[in-house]
Amino acid sequence: MILPFLIIIPLLAAFLITLISGEKDNWAIVLSVLAEMSLLTLALFSFFTTGNDTFIYEMSGWKIPLTICLVQDALSGFMLVIVNLIALTSLMFSISYIRQYSSPWKYYALFMLLITGMNGVIATGDIFNLFVFMEIALFAAYALVAFGAKAEEYEAAFKYAVMGSISSTLILLGIGILYASTSTLTMANIAAELQTKSPQVTHWVAAVFMVGFGLKSAVMPFHAWLPDAHSSAPAPISSMLSGVLIKALGIYAIIRIFFNIFGAPPVFLTIFMVLGSISIIIASYLALGQWDLKRLLAYSSISQIGFILLGLGIGTKLAILGAVFHILNHAIFKSLLFYNAGAVEMALGTRDLRKMGNLRGALPVTTSTSMIASLSVAGLPPFNGFFSKLIIIIAAVQSQHIAYAIIAVIGSLLTLAYFMKVQRYGFHGETVVSEIKKPVSLGMKSAMIILAVLCVVASILIIPGIREITMDPVVSVIMSKTGYVQSVIGR
Amino acid sequence: MTVYILCFTLFLVGIYGALTKRDLIKIILSLGIMGYAVNLMIILFAYKEGASFAILVRDGINSNMVDPLPQALILTSIVIELGITAMLVALSIRLFQKYKTFDITKIRRLSG
Repeated sequence: MILPFLIIIPLLAAFLITLISGEKDNWAIVLSVLAEMSLLTLALFSFFTTGNDTFIYEMSGWKIPLTICLVQDALSGFMLVIVNLIALTSLMFSISYIRQYSSPWKYYALFMLLITGMNGVIATGDIFNLFVFMEIALFAAYALVAFGAKAEEYEAAFKYAVMGSISSTLILLGIGILYASTSTLTMANIAAELQTKSPQVTHWVAAVFMVGFGLKSAVMPFHAWLPDAHSSAPAPISSMLSGVLIKALGIYAIIRIFFNIFGAPPVFLTIFMVLGSISIIIASYLALGQWDLKRLLAYSSISQIGFILLGLGIGTKLAILGAVFHILNHAIFKSLLFYNAGAVEMALGTRDLRKMGNLRGALPVTTSTSMIASLSVAGLPPFNGFFSKLIIIIAAVQSQHIAYAIIAVIGSLLTLAYFMKVQRYGFHGETVVSEIKKPVSLGMKSAMIILAVLCVVASILIIPGIREITMDPVVSVIMSKTGYVQSVIGR
Repeated sequence: MTVYILCFTLFLVGIYGALTKRDLIKIILSLGIMGYAVNLMIILFAYKEGASFAILVRDGINSNMVDPLPQALILTSIVIELGITAMLVALSIRLFQKYKTFDITKIRRLSG
C-alpha cells in the first residue's frame, strides 16, 4: 500500500524540518530532497504497477461508507507522477535561488506542506477529505506567494487568499448539499446515490462546484488572482503553482467530480468548451500585451488551461487523450519557462523584457532551454506541446466542433506570437548583455536541462505501443461513467 | 424553509461584503460571515425537530438522534477557517506596514 506514504512522507518531512533546522538550511535541503526523491520513486512505481486496476486503502480498519478511503487508479497515479516530478526539479532549482531570502528553512517546510496537500487531494476518495487537503495546499501556497516579503507579494497573496477562501466556501457549500442529498461522503457512494436522484440535484451542486473549482483552476471569468499571484511568487513556487497546483486542485478535481461522480452531464461539457475557448483567446490576447516576463507566463497558463478544458469538454476519447497529455506537457514546459524567468531575474535583477537584451553569451543554458520551452508551448514539432494541441484540434474537427477547432488554432498562433516576442526581446535582443550579477548555479541549470530534455522525450508517450501502457488507462478512467463506482465499491 | 432562506441571506451578505467593501478588515470579516453561513447550513441539514445528541444511551441505541457527522465536518472547517483568517490578518498587518493604509483602492501596485 503506497498511497498513505505519499501523504505521510511530506507531512513528516515538513514537521522534522521545523524541528531540526537552525539558522542554516542544510538539513532542510537534505530532508526535503530525500523526501521528494522517495515520493517520486513511489509515484512512478504506483503509476506503472496500477495499469487498469484500482487499489483502495481504507483508513484505520473501517469499511468503505464509514471510513476515509484513498483511491489509487491510473488517473491519480498519473497526476502524482506529474506533481512529484515538477516538485523535485523545483527543489533542485530552489537550493541556491531561495538563499537570497531570509530564513530559507521555512520555505522548505511550507514546500513540503504544499506537496502534502496536493498529494492528498489526488490520492483521496472522500470528498470532504479532498476539501481538507485542498486547504492545506492553499494555506502553504498563500504563505509561499508572500515569501519574498515585498509589498507586491503581500498584495498578491492577500488577493489570492481572498479569492481562495471564497472558492473554498463555495466548495464546502457544495459538499454540504451533496451530503444532504446522498448521506455519504465517499465519492463512489455519492456517484452511486446520485444516479437514483433527480438530475436537478446534480445540476445545482455542479454549478456551485463549477464556480469553486473554476476559481481554483483560474479559467477565464475566474482568473483575476492568477497573474498577480503567479508572477509575484518566488520562481520555483511560480512553477509549482502554474505547473501543478492549478491542475491538482482545479483540473484534477474537476475531472474527478464532473466525470467520475456526476457522470459528465452534457450541459457542463458545453460550459467547459465555452469557458475553455474564452480562456484560450482572451488570455492569449492579454499575454501579448505584457512586458513583465512572469506576468506573460501567468497569462499563458490561463490560456493553456483553456486548451485542457476544451479537450475535456469535447469529451471524445481522442479529445480527453489530448487534454490528459496537455496536462503533463503544460506542467513540463511552463515550469521550465518559470525557471528561465527566475534565472534571468537572479542574474540580471529584472524581468522586464525590454531591459533584457541578448543573453546568449551570458546565460547559455537559460537561453537555449527557454528556446526549447517556447517552441514547445507554441506547439511546433517535434516538441510535446505540438502533439497535444494537434490531438485536441483533430478531436474538435472529428466531433463536428469546427468553430472550437478554429479557436484552438487561433489560440496556438497567438501563443506562437507572444513567445516569439519573449525570444525576440528577452533572450535574443539587440543589446548584448555580458556581465551578470549572480551566476546561475549548477542545481538551477540541471533543473532546467532535465525539463528541457523531458520536453522532447515526453513526445514519445504518443507512440501507440507506449501510449497503451501510459495514457490509455488514464483516459479510460475518465471516460467510463460507471467504472469508478464499480471499482471502488463493487468489490 | 424560512431558516434555510435566512441562512442563504447571511451567505449573500458575506459575498456582498467580500466583493464590495474597500477595507481589508471588512473583507476579512465578510469572508468570516460567509464561512459561518455555510457552517450553519450544514448543521441545519443534520437538524431534526426534537432529536437528542448522538451519544449511545445505557440500554441500547438512541433511536431519535441528530446526524453527528456534519457536526464533525463543521469542527474541521471551523479550524481551517481559523487558520485562513489568521493568515489573512497577518497579511493585512504586513500590508498596512508597507502601504500605511487598509484601503484596497490605494493598495494597487499590481495591475493589468
